[in-house]
Amino acid sequence: MTQTQWRRRVFKPVVWILCLAPIGFLFYDGFTDNLTANPIEKVTNTTGIWALRLIVAGLAVTPLRWATGVNQLINYRRIIGLFAFFYGTLHFTIYIVTTFFIGGFSEFDASGLWDDLVKRPYITAGFTAFVLMIPLAITSTTGWIRRMGGKKWNLLHRLVYITALAAVLHYFWKVKLDATYPVYYGIGVAMLLGVRVWIAYSKQQLRRS
Amino acid sequence: MLIKKAADLRESDVTPKDTFLKRRDFLAVAGSTAVAVATNGFGFAGMPDVAAQNPAAQKLTNLKKSPFSTDEKLNSYKDITTYNNFYEFGLDKADPGKYAGTLKPRPWSVVVEGQCGKPGTYNIEDIMKYAPLEERIYRLRCVEAWSMVIPWIGYPLSEFLKRFEPTAKAKYVEFRTLVDTKQMPGQTEPALNWPYVEGLRMDEAMHPLTLLGLGLYGEVLPNQNGAPIRLVVPWKYGFKSIKSIVRVRFVESEPVNTWKQQQSAEYGFYANVNPQVDHPRWTQGSERRLGEFFRRKTLMFNGYGDQVASLYAGMDLRKNY
Repeated sequence: MTQTQWRRRVFKPVVWILCLAPIGFLFYDGFTDNLTANPIEKVTNTTGIWALRLIVAGLAVTPLRWATGVNQLINYRRIIGLFAFFYGTLHFTIYIVTTFFIGGFSEFDASGLWDDLVKRPYITAGFTAFVLMIPLAITSTTGWIRRMGGKKWNLLHRLVYITALAAVLHYFWKVKLDATYPVYYGIGVAMLLGVRVWIAYSKQQLRRS
Repeated sequence: MLIKKAADLRESDVTPKDTFLKRRDFLAVAGSTAVAVATNGFGFAGMPDVAAQNPAAQKLTNLKKSPFSTDEKLNSYKDITTYNNFYEFGLDKADPGKYAGTLKPRPWSVVVEGQCGKPGTYNIEDIMKYAPLEERIYRLRCVEAWSMVIPWIGYPLSEFLKRFEPTAKAKYVEFRTLVDTKQMPGQTEPALNWPYVEGLRMDEAMHPLTLLGLGLYGEVLPNQNGAPIRLVVPWKYGFKSIKSIVRVRFVESEPVNTWKQQQSAEYGFYANVNPQVDHPRWTQGSERRLGEFFRRKTLMFNGYGDQVASLYAGMDLRKNY
């Protein structure tokens, strides 16, 4: 097989399957009655954590290219990012529907939603992370990259750095006692962003010298 | 076995004696619906779960019914025993159900001390007989904004406390949970300041709604639900209903309960269910009843206002959260 064939027939399907696997597991757990006594919480947490994991995975693509020299990796970044948005959208939608509709779709607690968005830092952070992904998802197509030009497009897509930081904060502020996992994700994101700063700084130094 | 859920039950079917008599019927119905359950097991059904009760557990029979019981739909035995906040066995809500097997609820004794006429050490087998056992179907509202309906068994806490003849100086009662890292492995982690401490004002403790919990769903308390002896204070957030009690102390001043020690801006001494006073990180105005898709409104004092509101007349419940 040629490189393109490998990509189309093997790597892309594998990435799709990996990205969809969490949904598959949720359905499996649903049908086998293993979503705990609070299935809504379980599904909300699972979609949220996978959104964050895929954000981190997307951020890892470029440093991995630098480290390994495998530039082909860039071919999978868009799909990883779109799946991060997909899980983020599920997470956000489930939260809205199951938190602010009271007793059915006829009663919506708008003031409760407003309170959450402005008074509760972990919601503000999560909402920020989600909203900033919207323009990135919209402009993810090849057409938009061409229209915007690589430079502008790259600049816009740096918004994902803020999304990643806000998502970690959201997770960190949400947990009641044990912040171990949020801290791990925080370290991961800090390293992936730190590498970029370090590389940019080194390049600048090189140019100067 | 695939059978996980029996058919829907009416409140009158809950009493274990009835349950026993009707068990065959349940199994028949459950068998015929097993396929439906297997293909539709998303957990929104929230039906009583007779078949899943622990066959080894000691059954409690001849239970009095209580006018305080709600006729709302019960949460299943499975819900009640697999979704617990009991950090002595781990922080995840599934942990107590998985790991509480290390707790030994027999033999068990409770030390009574402080401002009372009859301090001493009392055996659980005797405590079980201090008053006729009742079934009390109560709403449980967790501070985390979820709720359940649970068929508790026990008797009024007042029947228990009166025996020890509290003196005039006894203004509050303090309760402590067992500390034993062998029985409660979660205590090797400093997640909370062990032992877990809770307290009630004397009038709250003596209120007829306040239950000394000894069982649920027709049997002695499962370990993960606070075996062998716990509080059930239905108008307060769940964390007030301390589990696996080993020490009761009559005191003059307000006990500092564990969650207040932990984060006093978020958790207070009174912890009355109050939809008007939000938790700093989430609303208390609504709650998710486990088994339901949409939230429901949270009721003042968890719907027990008619009975308990007078206890707090003149108090600022915003300050005394």
